[in-house]
Amino acid sequence: MDFNFTPEQDTLRDQIARLVRDQNDFDTRRKVSRSEPGWRPALWSQFAELGLLGAPFSEEDGGFGGSAVESMIVMEEFGKGLVIEPYLQTVVIAGGFLRHAGSAAQKEDHLASIIGGERVFAFAYSEPKSRFDLNDVSTTARREGDGYVLNGHKAVVLAAPFASHLIVTARTSGAQRDKGGVSVFIVPKAAKGVSTRDYPTVDGLRASEVYFENVHVPSSDLIGEADHGLPLVEAVVDEAIAALCAEAHGAMKVLNQTTLDYSKTRKQFGQPIGNFQVLQHRMADMFMAYEQSVSMTYMVTLKLGEPETARKMAASAAKVQIGKAGRLVSQEAVQIHGGMGMTDELNVGHYFKRITMIESQFGNTDWHLRRFTELSNG
Amino acid sequence: MDLHYSAEDLAFRDEVRSFLETSYPDHLRSRASRDEVTKQDFLDWQKILYKKGWGAPAWPKEYGGTGWSSTQKYIFQEECARAETLGIPPFGMSMLAPVLMAFANEKQKSYYLPRIIDGTDFWCQGYSEPGAGSDLASLKTRAEKDGDSWVINGQKTWTTLAHFADWIFVLCRTDPTARKPQEGISFILVNMNTPGVEVRPIITMDGGHEVNETWFTDVRVPLENIVGEENQGWTYAKYLLVHERSGIAGVARSKKAVERLKHIASIELDRGEPIIRNPEFARKVAELEIDLTALEFTELRTLAREAQGKGAGPESSVLKIKGTEIQQRLTELTLEAVGVYGAPYFRGFPMEGGNQFPIGPDYAHHSAPAYANMRKTSIYGGSNEIQRNIIAKMVLGL
Repeated sequence: MDFNFTPEQDTLRDQIARLVRDQNDFDTRRKVSRSEPGWRPALWSQFAELGLLGAPFSEEDGGFGGSAVESMIVMEEFGKGLVIEPYLQTVVIAGGFLRHAGSAAQKEDHLASIIGGERVFAFAYSEPKSRFDLNDVSTTARREGDGYVLNGHKAVVLAAPFASHLIVTARTSGAQRDKGGVSVFIVPKAAKGVSTRDYPTVDGLRASEVYFENVHVPSSDLIGEADHGLPLVEAVVDEAIAALCAEAHGAMKVLNQTTLDYSKTRKQFGQPIGNFQVLQHRMADMFMAYEQSVSMTYMVTLKLGEPETARKMAASAAKVQIGKAGRLVSQEAVQIHGGMGMTDELNVGHYFKRITMIESQFGNTDWHLRRFTELSNG
Repeated sequence: MDLHYSAEDLAFRDEVRSFLETSYPDHLRSRASRDEVTKQDFLDWQKILYKKGWGAPAWPKEYGGTGWSSTQKYIFQEECARAETLGIPPFGMSMLAPVLMAFANEKQKSYYLPRIIDGTDFWCQGYSEPGAGSDLASLKTRAEKDGDSWVINGQKTWTTLAHFADWIFVLCRTDPTARKPQEGISFILVNMNTPGVEVRPIITMDGGHEVNETWFTDVRVPLENIVGEENQGWTYAKYLLVHERSGIAGVARSKKAVERLKHIASIELDRGEPIIRNPEFARKVAELEIDLTALEFTELRTLAREAQGKGAGPESSVLKIKGTEIQQRLTELTLEAVGVYGAPYFRGFPMEGGNQFPIGPDYAHHSAPAYANMRKTSIYGGSNEIQRNIIAKMVLGL
């Protein structure tokens, strides 16, 4: 058992932290988020140059021989800086599909350009009525000739406005909520019949409603086995959850520090408000919530390779804990900042909104608590 | 980063497991579930561990400890919990011993430490007083020099297992004129057989006798029984409070208790189905399991930091708060699970040699007293509110 980072991992963290600090300070991030195109391709290229986009890939896949731990480090630092750029969608999710199930040709086609920063992916899985169930898919992929024809509507596809390619779940057989019959495709966003409606999200990201109207996809763009895509989707989403947990605890760390600093300088009744025990205990609770979140991020990251049930329980446990901790930390941070915490001017509200959105990304606390309970009790 | 046990660790786990299977005495197996454990039970188990060379898992080798890695210590705790062995009382082993190692003279170390590890001496802790609970530094028990003796007068309270103890370590006021209350305190070792020491039982609401009042009336002990320097006792007392962290979270025992709770919840019926199928109940159990996982990994991170010599420091307050909250919730949910059979009360009922209790299922019979008893955990060892003060001051710098 080992909870230490390697010197290479420490270096990676230092590099990202420096880059985020220098290039993604709060004002810059806010400005980028509120202007077009809503992200910085130039920053993305810098990520590629630094090797971040290849960090979790094996050397034979053209990466730098890392693992989920590397993605955890990247996402934690990105969480601290509220980084907009779609590492999660491109490297963790699309990269995950390719690592787990990509054919040699698919890997050759996509991995080098992901690692090199040329291609950006988005994950089109949720639908207007699917809520958080990954098997609830009504987008169809009808077999035709040597390929498939996709029709359907995917909801709130994060990073889709930036993406060159989409990973799409579609039903190749069965009824809307069947566990069988789900398949996964790679679809260039420029493919004929794909249209999007792009918009900003409350936490400063960008997303799209994505519509597929008789989109022809060759069989060579099916990832994994037709009809049996769900276990693959679940595995990749659990990896995405681990990465999100890291992002969340990075964001919580900043909120805790900001709140603590504020409590030491803000004076009321003739003294810093941090002198008041009623606030001290709440900040102690925020500290504990953060510590438990770090622990759960490590836990899920290190258990991603476990058998399916154990992996799912780990991911759900982490998501539940981080969901609750995020609520506590973000709400208390605003409260302890008082009126200033409500403003757009301070970073507090921006972290508040991102943490709030993470809670419902890939299943909210209630959804994961139910999944954990069902798995735990057989 | 890696969660897997090495081949050596797995071999060690097997060794511990088979040792516990063959060497843990049967008479303690049945007694572990009894209402009260005797002093002899504790000493017997300690002697067995000592004979095996495992008398002090957490001590350094030079004092007779095992020299185990933090992973091995963790495995040992897990296996003891799995086998439901008696716990080792912390007072000598993990409270006093680290203070002696850090601050006592050679003569004291070579006399007291071996007697802790081989199960000769049973220790208790003389900290709290009727007027000094969370505000421990306001303690009044007085030690005055008279010739070659300290003469101690005063009263300690909540002295856990004082009725078993051969020795007590006592915080005494030795300089009542000191500028600050923390500055006039000394750390003195007192043999419980010394004339003037009197132990009076306190019966807690669960009906049990764990804690006592300990009275000191003109108790004379040699001057050499002081640990470290005169009036520096507060430093040692605090060292003890933050140093006692191995196992403070109680993770391994709580994991076993979750298993037991889920077993009970798979038998107890609610609307004709096991109560674990009741979504409200199942949700509470799941939240508890998740919190316990978070605590477990927080402890593992703490152990990893300690192993690197970085020291856990005041973060151990997190382990104390979360660990005790979980222990409390476990007994609370167990009591909820057993339903009406939480009520029958059998303390002191003779039931040697078996699990056959006269009324209700055997797992139910102690559930209400256990629930009542565990309320102590958020009060003792520095109340959970004091722990939050420690976090605020030592970690957050407030």
